[in-house]
Amino acid sequence: MGERLDSFNYQQVQDDVQAILEKGSSVLLDMTACHYVSSTGLRVLLYSKKMAAAKGLKICLSGISDEVKDVMDVTGFSNFFDYA
Amino acid sequence: MSQVSVISSIMHRIDLFPTHEYQGLKLRPGRPYPFGAMVFGNMVNFSVYSRYATDCTLVLFHNREEQPFVEIPFFKEFRLGNVFSMIIFDLDYENIEYGFRMDGPFQPEEGHRFDKSKILLDPYAKLIVGRDVWGKEPNWDSLYQYRARVVFDDFDWEDDLPLETPINDLIVYEMHVRNFTCGAASGVKHRGTFASIIEKIPYLKDLGVNCVELMPIHEFDEFEHHRISPVDGRELYNLWGYSNVGFFAPKAAYASTGRFAMQVDELKNMVKQLHKNGIEVILDVVFNHTAEGNEQGPYISYRGIDNKTYYMLTPEGYYYNFSGCGNTLNCNNPNVRDMIVESLRYWVTDYHIDGFRFDLAAILGRDQNGNPMSNPPLLESLAHDPILGKTKLIAEAWDAGGLYQVGSFPSWGRWAEWNGKFRDSMRRFLKSDEQVLADVKERIIGSPDLYASQGRGIKASVNFITAHDGFTMMDLVSYNSKHNEANGEDNRDGENDNNSWNCGCEGETDDPDINRLRHQQVKNAITMLMVSQGIPMVLSGDEMGNSQQGNNNAYCQDNEIAWLDWNNLEKNADLFRYFKQIIKFRRQHKVLRYEEHLRHQDYLGLGYPDFSWHGVKAWQPESGHNNLTLAFMLNGQYANSAAGGSPDDFIYVAMNMHWEMHGFELPQLPDGMAWHVFANTGMPSPDDICEPGKEPVIENQHEVLVGPRSIIILVGKS
Repeated sequence: MGERLDSFNYQQVQDDVQAILEKGSSVLLDMTACHYVSSTGLRVLLYSKKMAAAKGLKICLSGISDEVKDVMDVTGFSNFFDYA
Repeated sequence: MSQVSVISSIMHRIDLFPTHEYQGLKLRPGRPYPFGAMVFGNMVNFSVYSRYATDCTLVLFHNREEQPFVEIPFFKEFRLGNVFSMIIFDLDYENIEYGFRMDGPFQPEEGHRFDKSKILLDPYAKLIVGRDVWGKEPNWDSLYQYRARVVFDDFDWEDDLPLETPINDLIVYEMHVRNFTCGAASGVKHRGTFASIIEKIPYLKDLGVNCVELMPIHEFDEFEHHRISPVDGRELYNLWGYSNVGFFAPKAAYASTGRFAMQVDELKNMVKQLHKNGIEVILDVVFNHTAEGNEQGPYISYRGIDNKTYYMLTPEGYYYNFSGCGNTLNCNNPNVRDMIVESLRYWVTDYHIDGFRFDLAAILGRDQNGNPMSNPPLLESLAHDPILGKTKLIAEAWDAGGLYQVGSFPSWGRWAEWNGKFRDSMRRFLKSDEQVLADVKERIIGSPDLYASQGRGIKASVNFITAHDGFTMMDLVSYNSKHNEANGEDNRDGENDNNSWNCGCEGETDDPDINRLRHQQVKNAITMLMVSQGIPMVLSGDEMGNSQQGNNNAYCQDNEIAWLDWNNLEKNADLFRYFKQIIKFRRQHKVLRYEEHLRHQDYLGLGYPDFSWHGVKAWQPESGHNNLTLAFMLNGQYANSAAGGSPDDFIYVAMNMHWEMHGFELPQLPDGMAWHVFANTGMPSPDDICEPGKEPVIENQHEVLVGPRSIIILVGKS
């Protein structure tokens, strides 16, 4: 993933994740480079997680920065994910 | 493909295609209702009501940009009745801010103040940005200060809902988002924010409160009346926030994520986490006025959208000022009434808020000319609203225009009140006023003199001794007079009649006897609150002996005066321990939390009345000293009789506000039971209170000695 996850690139991320899920694989999302996730971005992550769960699959976030994790913590989004 | 998806694939609406194009944006006439901005599919619907505007323009900005990138007129076909609405297709709404320009007459004498040079905030804006960081001075020359954004209203609540705790079971903790954790010793990561309240949930649970009442969290302007204190040179702000900018949007600067415009999610998560821990959330809401002030005030929203609709105006077109803040919201105008109802429904539906405390609620019962109404339609609507059906509704039953309705607030059996008489009577008793005993007794039993009529019951009485307005509990026993000099108003502001007593020295002292007495008086005060019938409300910080240095109106002190000093938790550990145990005691004893008034009779033939008064002699309430002693007994057998639950214990309370020790003869208990001592405020910690349920039996079952200015609580059990 790039430096940001927001309304400008969410569709690409969502499509990429969806494509992996369609193949029956869980997703490890490398967020090492990402330092900003917007409201749209948070929803794309959670939507993807729910799509994965519906197929019995997982979304795992890796390399998440402290700042992004903090935003996810205080907005209540972080509890839904596994981390690597 | 399943049959369901086949059907859904052919069920596209036929009326959702663009009909207009304007500067590259695709449009069509919008849906007039609901008002505000709403997303559906790839469309955003914008709708705004104005009875008297002649024209309206939607103004769109890219985020944080000073100049709009487009201004779209509401074409004639975009207008229905008095509502302007349009749909815009394919808008990147995360990166858009919107406002309105309204055209219409500028005729103040007729009540109209339209000015199309102003860009106005949507009265129904659900996400407001522009003041995202507390205390960061805005660009006052900016065209558009408070900027509406389209909210993401989806949130994963999982199984959360409002808790619907019976109101008589609540222990309310009145708090301010910044004051609670801004202090350097608070030990939290995000000081002064919604997030920090989550961090303090273990503390709130340890204290034992099950409801937080947040002072205003709607967007407001902390720079209103911003100035430098001539006394100490500190910046003074509108810290308390009793001055609304928007009724649907949380204060951005109260969110650690406000700079990312994520305050909605952060607040929702705070409510969710509090609920997970059994703690309700009540909002202090200010529907009596707005931040636009009087004729000299700024154009933010309502004044420019539809002045004559939103404000109570004199026949000459000036603003009525029943709020004391420059203007008065026209609450019983049908359209404003709808806005208020919709706002409250929104906070319950979208934020799972459990209840509301209405600031200066008497105003909500005034008609459009300011006259009190006998059946105010707004209050009746709220009392009967289906979505608010189990939401707590609590009135501050007075206003700044002289209307005082404690005990007479129109209730329809739904409204509770801040019982200001409880505060006044208990404070006087605490300082050994010999003229208040009869009144104190009414307050202890849930103020039947105020609430027995209309079948309102004990559950109508929110009892408190301290609240944000006035002295903290420690200051109540440390100051005879207010000391508001730091507010820069020559100590003229704030209440003069505080019913306080400094215990022998004004302010802080090293005198151990005075400090011991102050702690004892704080324990007396919280005991009076917790053993009285009604809903107790504790002011945040009282449990750790928080002081505001004698300032009884710290509305502008965004500093150590108003912020809780968490070092006090260790310094006044005996107070915290006492608060914690007495709260736990109340929560364990149903007999202290009746919903309906007591009968003072043995109406079930259980051998003892449900409630009985006593004096220094058992069963003789008139036997006392200087009107400064009283005792009462609650028969626990009555506590759960209606529900068929197990009986509670007997509870006996002796209050001696006299300055000499007195012996109190104890009523005899049923065979097999004995009196046990739970609390004695005259004893030093840790002998002042014990763990509820572990009370030691007392040796003398016939009489108990109650020291000067002390309260003893006994438990009668097997």
